[in-house]
Amino acid sequence: MDPGRFTRVDDTTWRIEPHGAMRVPAIIYADEALIRDMDDKVYEQAANVATLPGIVRASYAMPDAHWGYGFPIGGVAAFDPDKGGVVSAGGVGFDISCGVRTMLTGLKVPDILHVQKSLADSLFRQIPAGVGSTGAITLDPTEMDAMLTGGAHWAIERGWGEARDLERIEEGGQMADPKTECVSERAKERQRREMGTLGSGNHYLEVQAVAEIFDSNAAKVFGLRLDEVVVTIHCGSRGLGHQIGTEFLKEMVIEAKASGIELPDRELACAPINSELGQRYLGAMRAAINCALANREILGHYARRIFNHFFPDHELCLLFDVSHNTCKVEMHEVAGKRRNLFVHRKGATRALGPGHESLPAFLRAVGQPVLIGGSMGTGSYILVGKTTGEKKAFSSACHGAGRAMSRHAALKRWSGRKIMDELAAQGILIKSPSTRGVAEEAPGAYKDVAAVVAAAEQAGLARRVARLRPLICVKG
Amino acid sequence: MTPFTPSAINKAGWEHFPHDADVGVRGFGATPAEAFEQAARALAAVVTDAEINAKASVKVSCKAPDLELLFVEWLNAIIYEMALRKMLFGRFAVRIDGTRLEGILWGEPVDVKRHAPACEPKGATYTALKVAADNNGIWSAGCIVDV
Repeated sequence: MDPGRFTRVDDTTWRIEPHGAMRVPAIIYADEALIRDMDDKVYEQAANVATLPGIVRASYAMPDAHWGYGFPIGGVAAFDPDKGGVVSAGGVGFDISCGVRTMLTGLKVPDILHVQKSLADSLFRQIPAGVGSTGAITLDPTEMDAMLTGGAHWAIERGWGEARDLERIEEGGQMADPKTECVSERAKERQRREMGTLGSGNHYLEVQAVAEIFDSNAAKVFGLRLDEVVVTIHCGSRGLGHQIGTEFLKEMVIEAKASGIELPDRELACAPINSELGQRYLGAMRAAINCALANREILGHYARRIFNHFFPDHELCLLFDVSHNTCKVEMHEVAGKRRNLFVHRKGATRALGPGHESLPAFLRAVGQPVLIGGSMGTGSYILVGKTTGEKKAFSSACHGAGRAMSRHAALKRWSGRKIMDELAAQGILIKSPSTRGVAEEAPGAYKDVAAVVAAAEQAGLARRVARLRPLICVKG
Repeated sequence: MTPFTPSAINKAGWEHFPHDADVGVRGFGATPAEAFEQAARALAAVVTDAEINAKASVKVSCKAPDLELLFVEWLNAIIYEMALRKMLFGRFAVRIDGTRLEGILWGEPVDVKRHAPACEPKGATYTALKVAADNNGIWSAGCIVDV
């Protein structure tokens, strides 16, 4: 993208002035190199979001932004229900509440190296991943509704998790106000045997080493120590979320057309928050958030079970669990007034700064952990929210490295087998049912995650705490 | 309605087209129905390069107010059946009657070893959605699929 298309506010703030139907400006946080590498579609999509009714302050894009559908991936936008604000199914995405959790093991890297191969085999064998995999749990209609209402609480009550995890999950592990009756039978049917499955594509379970510490105080509070091992899981609400996204997107597209609303992109289809359709979507989406929270809790339980087999003296403790495809009601200050806004984060992580009332006591002084998935070769980062992030982008930060290249192009450039061999030579074991899938997710297909998190820090969205280096990566 | 015509006789083909995060699927044919069938083959090829045997068939039907929205519905109907039945489908027949579509999918249960599925389609999107005929009367139907 040509940086000349923007008003450059500072080194990491790039502003698209309102033009045409834009109601507010669009702001992209990134350094100049990241801006140059971004697809022009990010500009177009961020500007399109700024045309939606009731949008507050600006349409934002994070440093990992890339071409999405409707919203850019890495997009953040808040809407005021009292000003005709909307909720957009496309603004949340298909994989509702897709997110990341990181668990501390207390183990040192050499402990893992002794058993690296057998641990990798065991994780790959016992955690259902990829197309065609089926979970060990089957939900009847009563249990389905209990899960959609209870989230991680539900999983813990049934023995798939630990109660102490709850304060370390967004929303305390249970999203309020779900409406199970707004979730279609088709969506429920699609989820019936999907609980405790990892999914596919960019979803993964990784065993990682803490390779670098940037902020020793925050690292201490988070329990991160150099050369210790953590387990990170990236996945979402599985088939249920996909189906809810699909169904409501269609309904919103048709309804918008029938009401004569001109959308710059059909994928931006939305409904007023204060409408029957808007409320129905919010009820279903919140149920899907609970599904994702329950699913990650169950996967965490499976990881605990496997680690316990290898290391009976060590317990896995949850560091934190964040979601990055959501719409949540949050109180934010706008023009000197605190207002309840509906904040969409599509491929963006909530990043609350220190002192925020929603944080559990142990994090109150330091801020919320922000878990950033990198690529399977280059590693991941843990950041912490900053108070400056509130004014910058409603307390939001990036969610990953962001793709730099399409799957199509990656497939042409790399061989999955060769990547697996090269990574094995670097001490990283990849387990996947598909070498083609590995090629599509090649480390080189992603942006430089180090540059992305450095830009997030420079922009005041979040601060780096630690870098994680992969040891084992299980991909669906 | 005209009888079902299996896509095997269609030579017009399909393609993938690039998208930063996801993948585009596009089918071509002498009619919208043929283009839809070919796009479904492109969808199957997002998941696997391996042959998909026609061991079982599933009927689907969907409706939408226009041809483009109907195309997204068609792909989403296939995605739903794939997810629900843990199957892959490689052969398709479509007939379209105004705003209604009826289709048959032929396929088999996923064999992880043989199919080595690369990724899982989550849903068809309205991004880069286009169903149209070119100057030569060849229909194309395509959109981005979230994977």
